Amino acid sequence: MIAEAGLIALWLAASMAFLQFALCAIGLAKGQDEFFKAIRPVAIAQGVLVAISFFLLVWLFVRSDMSVKLVVANSVAIKPLIYKISGAWGNHEGSMLLWIAIMGVAGACIGIFERNLKTKTLVTTLGAQAFISIGFYAYLLIASNPFERIFPVPADGQGLNPLLQDIGLALHPPTLYVGYVGLSVAFSFAVGAMITRDVGPEFAKAMRPWVLGAWVFLTLGITAGSYWAYYELGWGGWWFWDPVENASLMPWLAATALLHSVTVLATRDGLRAWTLMLAVVAFSMSMIGTFLVRSGVLTSVHAFAVDPERGSFILALLAIYIGGAMALFALRVGAVKEGSQFEPVSREGALVANNLLLSAILGIVFIGTLYPLFVEGMSDEMISVGPPYFNLATGPIALVLVAIMAAGPLLRWRRDSAKALMNRISIPVFLTAAALFALVIFTTSMSVLPLLGLALAAGIAVASFAPLWKRNLRRTPMHTYGMIIAHFGIAVALVGMASETSFTEEKLVAATPGDEILVNDWKIKFEAIEPVAGPNWTALEARVTAQYGDDAIHEIAPQNRMFASAQMQTSEAALLTRWNGQLYVVLGDSDEQGRWQLRIWWKPFVTLIWYGGVLIALGGLLAMIGRLRRASRQKKQKAYAEAMI
Amino acid sequence: MTRFLALIALLMAIPVAAQNALPASPYAHQQLEDPVQEEKARSLMEELRCLKCQSQSIADSDAPMAGDMRSQVRERIAAGATPEEVRSWLIERYGDWVTYNPPVNAVTGPLWIAPIVLLIVATWLARGLFRRRKRDQKDVS
Repeated sequence: MIAEAGLIALWLAASMAFLQFALCAIGLAKGQDEFFKAIRPVAIAQGVLVAISFFLLVWLFVRSDMSVKLVVANSVAIKPLIYKISGAWGNHEGSMLLWIAIMGVAGACIGIFERNLKTKTLVTTLGAQAFISIGFYAYLLIASNPFERIFPVPADGQGLNPLLQDIGLALHPPTLYVGYVGLSVAFSFAVGAMITRDVGPEFAKAMRPWVLGAWVFLTLGITAGSYWAYYELGWGGWWFWDPVENASLMPWLAATALLHSVTVLATRDGLRAWTLMLAVVAFSMSMIGTFLVRSGVLTSVHAFAVDPERGSFILALLAIYIGGAMALFALRVGAVKEGSQFEPVSREGALVANNLLLSAILGIVFIGTLYPLFVEGMSDEMISVGPPYFNLATGPIALVLVAIMAAGPLLRWRRDSAKALMNRISIPVFLTAAALFALVIFTTSMSVLPLLGLALAAGIAVASFAPLWKRNLRRTPMHTYGMIIAHFGIAVALVGMASETSFTEEKLVAATPGDEILVNDWKIKFEAIEPVAGPNWTALEARVTAQYGDDAIHEIAPQNRMFASAQMQTSEAALLTRWNGQLYVVLGDSDEQGRWQLRIWWKPFVTLIWYGGVLIALGGLLAMIGRLRRASRQKKQKAYAEAMI
Repeated sequence: MTRFLALIALLMAIPVAAQNALPASPYAHQQLEDPVQEEKARSLMEELRCLKCQSQSIADSDAPMAGDMRSQVRERIAAGATPEEVRSWLIERYGDWVTYNPPVNAVTGPLWIAPIVLLIVATWLARGLFRRRKRDQKDVS
């Protein structure tokens, strides 16, 4: 019964979405405000219904109801509870339901909380939101019903991929989806503003918290995904330029550009058309990202075409939404006035450079990710595009971008002089030059990109705090602190990336218990091999002790796990974290002579990559809270002033 | 009959046994003595695709085939081959699919030109934007 109830809730939610869209369309066409009054409650009802549907699916997974096809394919009765729950979205249908559920709840939140926007813009926003939802509902209900039953009922399920049975990956997809949906809300705001021709600071201020929120979640999602790949795959890589990673990076790049241009629109009423365009692009990227990952098109273009129903459905949805949004933009862009003006050397100028360079990087990642699929679809040839291409093509642009990032916040709005900027930024420039000089002299064979990256990071780290110079620290607004922390986070992450790329030491050995291995300042001793067992796996565990210089001796235990349900082996790396880096030990197979492979890496300052990511997200969060607080304070003041009159 | 089946089963198992008897790839999990050569091999391995995996380089894959390829790469580099020679040898065997650094040819031309075109477009957009602003400002004054 639970499965049927879930399906009914989903149908009801879909009909609510339809009603929401119809209310908006009829109301706009007839110009009657009565239709608008109903739209908030309908949006809230839709959110509640779709949330119920999603929770029922989770419940089915928790109960291991093996009469449901999706549970059978992705779960197994003996498995820790958290992975039963995460199994609900570790698959195609479930993840789509999660997407639409978050979207419905976001719509309900707009219905409840958004009070500043003009009624007409609000209604159009909710209408656009409903229009997007309808496509997803149709896709779920027609082409991939998550509640489908199976008969005869099997004794047990097939289990979840062991690699996905990890807390990092349990939380990674929902985090990204919240980000994607946040961007869809921003997009709905843009559509609302385009239809009502109300593009200005008011609209930008209403949209900004959503963009910031989405961006925070995307940043966290990417950071967590990168750390997961780093420790779970057992090879110590943190970014592979893999299409799945790129699919999450592209919306982030677009959102980063959008959140900078929306600031120009909100404070200076400039870059109107740009902001709209970026909102459209950011949403398109999150749609493309979701479908790239979930449709199977990445495994093979041909495998994708084998399932024509889903394949053509997805392509049709992409065409309708992205095509429709672009068409609307093209129709209305002429009517959008350019907004206020500025000189090339100004805060706006730096933000325009930020937008253009981020867009160029986005374009390169987009083409590099899709080009192999295009070649495969068009001919019999197959090519691979990977790190060498992406690093070469995007690396230099990214370095220019972060250099501008250091200068941008030090520029005045509208108009500034290059000479004044050079005065303000002289210390960071000097630091970068000094760091470059020191690195060239004291290190050997660093490649160009990490070398420049590390040198730049030194300057940026200082420059990011420069906006506080000669300011009253207690009166500096919270969103300024947010910007400072986020920019500082970029410098921190950059140091981690450059250091890991340049200074990692690797040692592969075949060792017998008792052997001692030296890596950098580490003394590592392989003590013993022992079998251990977990809830749904058995493993061989290596007892290893490690000592850095004359520090205390630490015990670590890398494992080689065998999962009963999937007949699959995974290696659990053992990590030892110090302030200046991480020791990474992996246990491999044994050879005929009874020696065990050990892969050992010492990665100096590698953790800064993810600390940087967390700082960036924290900066975004502070900026969002600061903006929301200021908005509510201003509203109160206004209300007070009106009351006095 | 059972004996006959057993014989067939045995015959079918021979190739498997023969495969196991072959020497394992010695350099799949073993570094080269010379750190300069190892560094060369390492950078090359990071740019070669593991053909049995989804989006993994042979430098970070547990697949047996990736191990064999790592061993091949290290042996050839140790024998004095340059990384580019090893790469073209692998491309000859497995096609362009094997390298993450796509060669420049008619098929990949647009891919390599794309970043340059994008940068030109970005510069052009920026110039247009700033020039228009300047003109507008003159009009205003």
